[in-house]
Amino acid sequence: MPPRMLPEPTPETRHFWEGCKAGELRLQRCTDCDGGSYFPPRPFCPKCGSRKVESYKASGQGVLWSYVINMRPRPDMGTEPYAIAVVKLAEGPQMMTNIVDCPQTPEALQLDMPVKVTFSKQSDDISLPFFQPAGA
Amino acid sequence: MKPKSIAVVGAAETTQMGKIPDVSVIGLHADAALNAMADCGLKPSDIDGVACAGISPVELAHYMGIVPTYADGTSVGGCSFMLHVRHAAAAINEGLCNTVLITHGESGRSRVGAGGFARSASSLMGQFEMPYGPMGPPTMFTIPVLRYLKARGYTVEDLAQVAVIQREWAALNPRASYKDPITVEDVLKSDMIAWPFTKLMCCLVTDGGGALILTSAERAKDFPQKPVYVLGTGESVETPMVSQMEDFTSSRAFRVSGKKAFTEAGISHADVDHLMIYDAFAHLPLYGLEDLGFCKPGEAAGFVRDRNTAIGGKLPLNTNGGGLSYMHSGMYGMYALQESVRQMRGIAPAQVPNAKISIAHGVGGMFAASGTIVFSNEAP
Repeated sequence: MPPRMLPEPTPETRHFWEGCKAGELRLQRCTDCDGGSYFPPRPFCPKCGSRKVESYKASGQGVLWSYVINMRPRPDMGTEPYAIAVVKLAEGPQMMTNIVDCPQTPEALQLDMPVKVTFSKQSDDISLPFFQPAGA
Repeated sequence: MKPKSIAVVGAAETTQMGKIPDVSVIGLHADAALNAMADCGLKPSDIDGVACAGISPVELAHYMGIVPTYADGTSVGGCSFMLHVRHAAAAINEGLCNTVLITHGESGRSRVGAGGFARSASSLMGQFEMPYGPMGPPTMFTIPVLRYLKARGYTVEDLAQVAVIQREWAALNPRASYKDPITVEDVLKSDMIAWPFTKLMCCLVTDGGGALILTSAERAKDFPQKPVYVLGTGESVETPMVSQMEDFTSSRAFRVSGKKAFTEAGISHADVDHLMIYDAFAHLPLYGLEDLGFCKPGEAAGFVRDRNTAIGGKLPLNTNGGGLSYMHSGMYGMYALQESVRQMRGIAPAQVPNAKISIAHGVGGMFAASGTIVFSNEAP
């Protein structure tokens, strides 16, 4: 199996990936407006354009928002079908992820089910944020 | 734009369609361009504006022997050609050039002289989507759909119905890739690609191309073909990452582009005789019908099921068979435009009787971009 496709952090996103390495899901928010939390990372507020933003540790809680089950696995993803999911975080933003510790079936993957973040070390630099059923 | 100030005077697709292993990507651009020039009796030296996506307008101009005073390389995916029409209209009105050639060519199936689709691992998509295993549009464009079905109360049968009715249109089109009738059951029983999407809910992968030639409405009357006037145009973009769409049940780019085109054209929905909605996957016509305002949210599936978009229906939709049954080389928008032009000229294989206004609505990327063109065959 070829090595899994991994992200290459940039200066603007490094804090997010450092957070994942440390077991924290980091979001950003503006300190100039009440535009709320945003994702993916960038050094300014996408609502008002202010550069006064801060990174903070998010709750890691969310719900399963939508997904597909890929029946033709990408070579670096193994041989079994897997869900490519989008989770809606408690803080508002959506993020793509995989759902782990859960059968990859329509019956097990119910929309709106509560999920929580879990980190999976892939290399010295990268831990990927996955989500698991909140009761798991 | 000024309504009806610009017209399509030349339009053609590539000589062959489907599997074309003996023509490269740039060769498909050129074949379509030469066919469109023949259609309106022009030579490369008569063209002073070029636009294309997939290859650079520099490559196109050089290959065709054109010396342009206007070049547009807007490349936002499959609706790029709608944006090219819109920009060409502005350019001609502003006097930047007189006659614009827009081309598309793609060796989607045979991959002759075709570039890659790779994304850098440091791009936002490379960092925040690719690590989770998406493999091209069938596993990305489809991600919002379970949420959409749940929010609207639609079912997978509703998705299948879209493919079934488009196959009925394709049966009337000699150039369509697939013409045999299919049922909802056939669609649901075809190979599962990315649950809940089966193979027959996904577009074809074929080779082909198309080209358009536009000039001012004033000059258009001197060309051999019946002019097809541009009545209104719209465009917008939202996000390169499908996971970041602000609403999984509605495309912002569709809404913004559609509204702009209707406003520019000064028409209402009841004025529209014929509609093309880019259908890379079976859910797109449903989103399009709602986001363009033809149906209220929650009513599009019933509208299709009640055969309003089918042969003899009040809003004939995707009359060439669409990306699901006609052809889809990768950037299908050009073929939607070609079918609108054929309908306005009155020469479509599945001609809508007395059609006077046609809309071609395109999508680019995975709900990343959109372009909308309103055509009319009535002189200003």
